[in-house]
Amino acid sequence: MSAFDVMSDTELYQPVTVEDAVVLASRLAENAWLVAGGQDTYGWLKDRAKNTQAMIELSRIPELSGIKRSASGIEIGATTTLTEIANSKLIQQLIPLLGEAAQHVASPQIRNVGSIAGNIAQDTRCWYYRRGLSCYRAGGNLCYADTPEGMNREHCLFGASRCVAVSPSDTAPALVALGATIVIADSSGNHTIAAEDFFVGPDIDITRMNILKPGQIIVSIHIPADPEINVRHYFEKVADRNVWDFALVNIAVSLEMQAGKITKARFVCAGVDCKPYRLKEVERYCENKAAGSETAEGAARLAAKGAVPLNHNHFKIALMQNLVRRALRG
Amino acid sequence: MNAKLTRRRFIKGVIASSVAAVSSGSALYVNAASGAVHLGIVERLITLTVNGRKRRVDVLPQEMLADTLRKRLGLTGTKISCNRGECGACTVLIDDLAYYACSTLTHSVSAKNIRTVEGLQAADGTLHPLQQAFIEELSPQCGFCTPGQLMSAVALLQSSPKPTRQEARQALSGNLCRCGAYEQYLNGVMRASGQKRQTGKTGL
Ligand SMILES: Cc1cc2nc3c(=O)[nH]c(=O)nc-3n(C[C@H](O)[C@H](O)[C@H](O)COP(=O)(O)OP(=O)(O)OC[C@H]3O[C@@H](n4cnc5c(N)ncnc54)[C@H](O)[C@@H]3O)c2cc1C
Ligand code: FES
Ligand code: FES
Repeated sequence: MSAFDVMSDTELYQPVTVEDAVVLASRLAENAWLVAGGQDTYGWLKDRAKNTQAMIELSRIPELSGIKRSASGIEIGATTTLTEIANSKLIQQLIPLLGEAAQHVASPQIRNVGSIAGNIAQDTRCWYYRRGLSCYRAGGNLCYADTPEGMNREHCLFGASRCVAVSPSDTAPALVALGATIVIADSSGNHTIAAEDFFVGPDIDITRMNILKPGQIIVSIHIPADPEINVRHYFEKVADRNVWDFALVNIAVSLEMQAGKITKARFVCAGVDCKPYRLKEVERYCENKAAGSETAEGAARLAAKGAVPLNHNHFKIALMQNLVRRALRG
Repeated sequence: MNAKLTRRRFIKGVIASSVAAVSSGSALYVNAASGAVHLGIVERLITLTVNGRKRRVDVLPQEMLADTLRKRLGLTGTKISCNRGECGACTVLIDDLAYYACSTLTHSVSAKNIRTVEGLQAADGTLHPLQQAFIEELSPQCGFCTPGQLMSAVALLQSSPKPTRQEARQALSGNLCRCGAYEQYLNGVMRASGQKRQTGKTGL
């Protein structure tokens, strides 16, 4: 495959209202590609690994951008940038976990344009797939990463089903841990779905990473936040470099605390499954225990239970265990 | 002075956005013969504001800003290296924020202020304080990454005139330097902001 400097010819639409965008998206359906910041899109189109006849740019739609306090928490518009999220006082106060996650994405320049919706709807980074090889995910009949010679250091521990690619997003695990919901618009109206149910693995649909169908647009993301509840957040990302690199494993943790005990726990990792992976055994184990090194040790033992490592990614098991340990030690 | 500027910007912004709204329209035009949709489709001939000047230019729908700047407007100070958002050589300012010009559609910034390295020096040729400081600190080695480093540093000093060295390191973290002159660039930022180097034990 050769890399090209420029994208091939496409149309570009710049609607200024959500209604117009929905009309365009449903009319053009699979012939169009939604673009917010474009940071996941342009690589595909420049490499010609994927192509489109038209781009529908969402960043000129004012109602899609901004961070607001809502009755139950915080509402974030789909095209709000990661920089805006990381710098938001409201987010720092009420849901610091999301601000931390946004701050760890890519580089300052990418965060200045990359949107929250684009971040969760981004495609996987498996390089065989991104090179345009005809793998299962691309409609072929082989997973190049899961062969004896496959380079699969970055691939999954859980949820493999022919494809072993992982969810690359830093904000997705934070949104799942926070119990966020996502509002999606299409020609039939608005639909709300839990962040956890937004993502799909290859067992459900091997060609997509989420439930979005052509013609559907993420409008906003809602995160419940109650300042009365005492919550502890923890985010950590392990990557080869501090900038640009995707997480080998990241962890987003939300712990509701009462009288020194954990009453509700959410542990979510990216980089280990094709969708954000909830550590349910760890969650159950932590409930009604105090956060601290004793709980941390017990929880760490359960962190990667059931993992099925590939040739080159056994180290992710230790990473998961250590991240859980650190989250609970605080 | 500042208030005036902001008001002017605000008014300019309002004018720009109402023009955008009118030109994109909100009606749906469907070509009866082809069934093609023309809602908010871009015009190729647009006016860009680059370094304070209006430039009329013919831009393909899928064209990246780095190409428009270099190939159509002759502004070759903005470098293209990876062309994939992974190095920072193409960094420019869009409404005072650092963007990768290789990964920005020209059409998506047509209503915004674009600033490139060519726009840093004063009309009489006096260098920008950061350019001067980079020279005095011998920041560039080969110099290829320098325009990008400058633009990230300008963005930083505009929002935070006296950054700590750590803040500067963060702000320049989206700019690779193959020569490894990172500490020298940070020395330049500290000098331009009128501060001591604040280095650690290494003495760099
Ligand atoms: C060098 C590099 C490093 C990166 N590093 C990281 C990293 O460390 N962590 C990380 O999480 N990400 C990383 N990214 C990935 C990603 O580009 C950014 O995270 C960014 O947030 C994507 O947002 P965007 O708005 O630019 O996406 P776009 O490219 O505009 O969109 C991405 C996808 O989402 C869809 N989409 C966008 N908006 C909507 C919407 N409103 N409704 C429905 N679908 C929509 C698009 O159709 C497209 O398929 C990196 C990217 C690059 C190029
Ligand atoms: S050329 Fe744009 S980031 Fe490398
Ligand atoms: S000075 Fe040579 S790449 Fe930075």
